[in-house]
Amino acid sequence: MFPEALEFHVAEYVNNGINWLLHTYAPTFDSISSAISFVLMSIQGGLTAIPWYVYIILVGGLAWMVSKKVSLVIVLSAMLMLIGIFGLWDLAIDTLAVIITAVILSLIFGIPLGILMAEVDHAKAVMKPILDGMQTMPSFVYLIPAMMFFGLGKVPAVFATLIYSMPPVIRLTDLGLRQVPKSTQEAALAYGSTKWQLLKEVRVPLAMPNIMAGINQTTMMALAMVVVCSMIGARGLGQEVLLSINRIDVGHGFESGFSIVILAIVIDRITQGFARRWDPNKR
Amino acid sequence: MKNSAIRIQDLWKVYTRNDEDIDVEDQDLITSLDESDEAVVAVRGVSLQVQPGEVFVVMGLSGSGKSTLIRCILRLINPTAGKIFVSGEDVTVMNVKELTEFRRHQTAMVFQHYGLLPHRTVLQNVEFGLKIKGVSEKERTERAKVSLEKVGLSGWENYYPNSLSGGMRQRVGIARAIVMDSPILLMDEPFSGLDPLIRREMQDELIRLQEEMHKTIFFVTHDLDEAMRVGDKMAVMKNGRIVQQGDPSDILSHPADDYVARFVQDKRKQLQMADERAKLEVVSDKNEKDTSSKGVIDHVS
Repeated sequence: MFPEALEFHVAEYVNNGINWLLHTYAPTFDSISSAISFVLMSIQGGLTAIPWYVYIILVGGLAWMVSKKVSLVIVLSAMLMLIGIFGLWDLAIDTLAVIITAVILSLIFGIPLGILMAEVDHAKAVMKPILDGMQTMPSFVYLIPAMMFFGLGKVPAVFATLIYSMPPVIRLTDLGLRQVPKSTQEAALAYGSTKWQLLKEVRVPLAMPNIMAGINQTTMMALAMVVVCSMIGARGLGQEVLLSINRIDVGHGFESGFSIVILAIVIDRITQGFARRWDPNKR
Repeated sequence: MKNSAIRIQDLWKVYTRNDEDIDVEDQDLITSLDESDEAVVAVRGVSLQVQPGEVFVVMGLSGSGKSTLIRCILRLINPTAGKIFVSGEDVTVMNVKELTEFRRHQTAMVFQHYGLLPHRTVLQNVEFGLKIKGVSEKERTERAKVSLEKVGLSGWENYYPNSLSGGMRQRVGIARAIVMDSPILLMDEPFSGLDPLIRREMQDELIRLQEEMHKTIFFVTHDLDEAMRVGDKMAVMKNGRIVQQGDPSDILSHPADDYVARFVQDKRKQLQMADERAKLEVVSDKNEKDTSSKGVIDHVS
């Protein structure tokens, strides 16, 4: 037994801290919340306005673009159809809106942070443990404060998804930039590149395959959060899974779970295809 | 002498773990650094002068400090002590901005591993230096095409470097350097990664280009044959020091020490054999003789 005398709890301080934040920065959180909400609603509005068959054609077209294989075009389009056939189309669009919002925000913050991490060694030292924490901290733990700050629904869902899905793109951007061969960078410097030119003309383009892999990973992580997010009231495929658990409805659970898998596969194949096209070594 | 193209004065480079300042005058410190694993003394008190329009070859085995030396000239590596004057300007005291300008206008460099950008086409690679200098797109494309023609790569503009052979990639590297029109060309073992036949072809190509361009070329190699072929002046480096410098034929005929002597003895034998063969051939056919090797061996004997 661990001696009781050595026990010390920080829970109370965390609670007080959160409450203090909540009181002092309520307007800030409100404006963040409405900003996220605005982005989300715009994306969702756009996605809902597109008729279902356009998605099928679009996915088919993109699959053809990245692979030039008829089989992939057929498989991906048919799988997407299946979501509609299960009667889950609108919910899938809801889920997609949350994911796209989270991924866009992840990239907006993640790629510059990744660049910072690669450029400044101190930044890397500070960020590494934070990223580890973001990835390993059980998501329920930050779901509660997210809900307290941003209320119920999709906005805290986007926030929680952001925390969980941003680390891969940061890490892979950093890794990609660090892997750019020294000899290539040296040549660029020898011709009088400034630091910014070196980054823009050489390092980022050469790190692109890694950055694309990071985007792909981030998207996959975001998809993994949909069921968790449904617990704080984000409508979508995740909510159906949650309902099925509550009702012990295995069949319905399978339909909605499988729809999430379909979304993942479609997005994965397409983003990976683009990652491959970006790879300068395969030209 | 003020009008040397490159003048290096007592240059030192000591690689240390934390890049701390080292007093190179302190003999005991240098000795202790040599014995420890903490630091590497790569260049020790090198002084040399390169005249405008001259091909100056620095020859030495790997680890002799020659690659460090060439990188110090445009401060890809910061020297520990000493001065470097290029066209009269002291490179060692330049700030970042001056250095960038200096690299853009005074020098162009060719690398052993080419250093090409795999995501850019051949043409875009040749344009690179002009692009970062801010030359307009039209002008740089024009100049890049002329430069590619000079190295015999017309028609390859839209290929990517990875689809080219080593020799062709280095032609791109050379085109990228000469398109800059800078007075000084730095070449760091440019042909070392190439097959012997291609290497020879590229050396001839460089000699031909130099006849047109009359640039100042600072050329680093570990290959004595190459040094003799392309160099007007030559310096032999060993363990960070220049052990001998002068005309290639002088070095061949009067090696300063055992190290240089061992270096050149194969070459001397080779030339002697070629000379004897040439004499035999003179008897049988007076029209066919290798004049170039004859010229050198006259110096030797």
